[in-house]
Amino acid sequence: MVDLDLALDLPNIWAGLLALGIFIYVALDGFDLGIGLLFPWLDQTADRDTAMNTIAPVWDGNETWLILGGGGLFAAFPLAYAVVMPALYAPFIAMILALVFRGVAFEYRWRDPAHRTIWTSSFVFGSLVATFMQGIVLGAFVQGIEVADRAYAGGWWDWLSPFTLMCGVALCCGYAFLGAGWLILKTTGTLRAQAYRFARIAGLATLFFIGVVSIWTPLLSPEIAERWFSVPNFYYLAPIPTLTLIIGGLIAFGLRRQIDGIIYPCAIALMGLCFVGLGVGFLPYIVPRAITIREAAAPDVSLEFMLIGAVVLLPLILAYTAYSYWIFRGKLKTGEGYH
Amino acid sequence: MEFFSAEILARIQFAFTVSFHIIFPAFSIGLASYLFVLEGLWLKTGDDVYLRLYKYWLKIFAIAFGMGVVSGLVMSYQFGTNWSVFSDKAGPVIGPLLAYEVLSAFFLEAGFLGIMLFGLSRVGKGLHFFATAMVAFGTLMSATWILSVNSWMQTPAGFGINEVGQYIPEDWMAIIFNPSFPYRLVHMTLASYLTVSFVVGGVGAWHLLRDRTNREARRMFSMAMWMATLVAPLQVVAGDLHGLNTLEHQPMKVAAMEGHWHRQTGAPFIVAAWPDAEAEENHFEITIPYASSLILTHSLDGETPGLTDVPPEDRPPVGLVFWAFRVMIAMGSAMVLLGLYSAWLRVRGRFYDTPLLYRGALWMAPSGFIAVLAGWIVTEVGRQPFTIYGVMRTSASLGPVEAPAIGASLLAFIVVYFALFGAGTYYIIRLMAKAPDGSGVDEGVPLRAAGTTQAASLKPDLMRGAPAHG
Repeated sequence: MVDLDLALDLPNIWAGLLALGIFIYVALDGFDLGIGLLFPWLDQTADRDTAMNTIAPVWDGNETWLILGGGGLFAAFPLAYAVVMPALYAPFIAMILALVFRGVAFEYRWRDPAHRTIWTSSFVFGSLVATFMQGIVLGAFVQGIEVADRAYAGGWWDWLSPFTLMCGVALCCGYAFLGAGWLILKTTGTLRAQAYRFARIAGLATLFFIGVVSIWTPLLSPEIAERWFSVPNFYYLAPIPTLTLIIGGLIAFGLRRQIDGIIYPCAIALMGLCFVGLGVGFLPYIVPRAITIREAAAPDVSLEFMLIGAVVLLPLILAYTAYSYWIFRGKLKTGEGYH
Repeated sequence: MEFFSAEILARIQFAFTVSFHIIFPAFSIGLASYLFVLEGLWLKTGDDVYLRLYKYWLKIFAIAFGMGVVSGLVMSYQFGTNWSVFSDKAGPVIGPLLAYEVLSAFFLEAGFLGIMLFGLSRVGKGLHFFATAMVAFGTLMSATWILSVNSWMQTPAGFGINEVGQYIPEDWMAIIFNPSFPYRLVHMTLASYLTVSFVVGGVGAWHLLRDRTNREARRMFSMAMWMATLVAPLQVVAGDLHGLNTLEHQPMKVAAMEGHWHRQTGAPFIVAAWPDAEAEENHFEITIPYASSLILTHSLDGETPGLTDVPPEDRPPVGLVFWAFRVMIAMGSAMVLLGLYSAWLRVRGRFYDTPLLYRGALWMAPSGFIAVLAGWIVTEVGRQPFTIYGVMRTSASLGPVEAPAIGASLLAFIVVYFALFGAGTYYIIRLMAKAPDGSGVDEGVPLRAAGTTQAASLKPDLMRGAPAHG
């Protein structure tokens, strides 16, 4: 069996921090990308404006976690960054361009009512393509990346496979579910009722795809299959599927009883469990089955220097981010805007 | 495709995306500080003119900042997609600096931007001012870190090399405060302040040409011209010091800026010429005798370096550096002149009665952007043929991505950037075309201060500034 290498040293601490950063990104930007995915079905302009207003003050901060993901990978694991970016060239370029389209739409939609349709579609397609590409990136990671001599050694289209496409669709469902959960939390009236309908469909689809990924991934890689289904690992890892089922039950309960406060946190918990589940298959690699966390890590002097900053600044960031969310807390009525 | 190698295409792509990007931070760094000053003055004096100016420029800031964020996101992935060998090798040194930029600047800006844009009615004046201050501070922090990174690539210090060829940090203080960093930081921060001053001055002038009594336009125009008078000469001094630093650490860049092919004493300043890299000489030279030695060595017969000091493969492209430098100098000189002219009119008491000054300021509105772009072309092209000066060649920095992939993504960037940022620039100009007269109810939902705006708008004297063109 592969040595998991779980020692608490600088490379592992940074791998953990990076994983935490990416998870926060998924939990936060996931809901505002998800609102972009649900946008076409919000029929009234007023509803669309309200939905957009619920995310306008926070989306920018949410997206910063993605910059931390890219920048953090570059800084802490330069080799992994140098391998992954060329390997996933097309999906990353497409994701970045999509995020540009959607990022500018927030202001432009307000500034130019005459061309609102254009900027609405810019927001919708930007959100869709960005989410789909993130799913593909995730899938390509799980699938594995060919490496030789400290560089990517595969072809341009290696990332494209039925599995990665399925992951793209799966992530769209997951983000749409997060978005619906957020809308339930932030809105009232018809928009909230509609958000419940979205949540039922997207939640069901998300659970379905969690099942598909859980079956497909072990089939894809014997290492992952062994990690999960050998004794005693199976018993240690059993809480992950068990908790997933419990959360699934809670979501069903919350949707039936219409308990607004329960859906979004449960959606995050569901994402978190998926994240841990996939992470279990990854260790000790940062580029699965090619480069380990330790091999890719920057020298300790670099990691140490950054850790000082992270220890001081990350709590501060979390504090003022939370404060900003607190200021814009509560439900937003139709027509009420911060803009 | 053979004319366009992967290296050339990757360089064009980086040059294109970074040139587009720098326009927005150069504007938003200065504008954030200006908004901080406006809100501070409003809180201190209670004068609503400042509040209206704050709201006027805040809308413009929101668009510019958004474009800066998304074009910056592109940059943070650009290192890896096309320049992955550079990323692998330089990552241990510059990666942590970029991480500090994200942690200490990007989050600060993004975290408080929401409150700054939408929170005036939710948090009260003091906290809102704090949010503005944090955004302004964040933009300056961001500039500090990214300029430290760039300066390290110009004047690398404090590092070693490990067994796999990575550059390894040995002394963080030497890396961060590398020899060219303080000069570049001062020069760029002043450039950003001047850029905004001339935009604000140009917008003020535009509205004063239509209605000389517009109080908000008068106020912003006066503030901008004070900056031109005081900061433009300061920038000349900072630029001179930066140039001397470059002479010490990157003599070939200075030789290209000057258009000097041969090491010489008593070198002339070449006002205009056509540098010819093949013949290693200039055609059609117009020169000022001894001036270059005087500027660079502060003595008439000082020795200055020449491009032929090094073999041709170690020289930067001369023509581009040479001409970009002259464009920057021309812009800087025009800024100083306009600042002095405005000061003279101020002394004579004709500051608000001279349409020539307004017209001059209007024409000068984009001068800061032109100067910033030209200056960055000088410093970045002048660093060639290296990514890390004297340490790592550009040709050795490229990743394993092939030309068609880079070409296709380059094409996508060009189309998307011109369409989206073109639209954004159009919206900004449209906002600038509206007079800052306080009657401005936004076409979306208005941004309202708690009570103050409504009360103020009832005062008849504030309605005077209604635009003449209706």
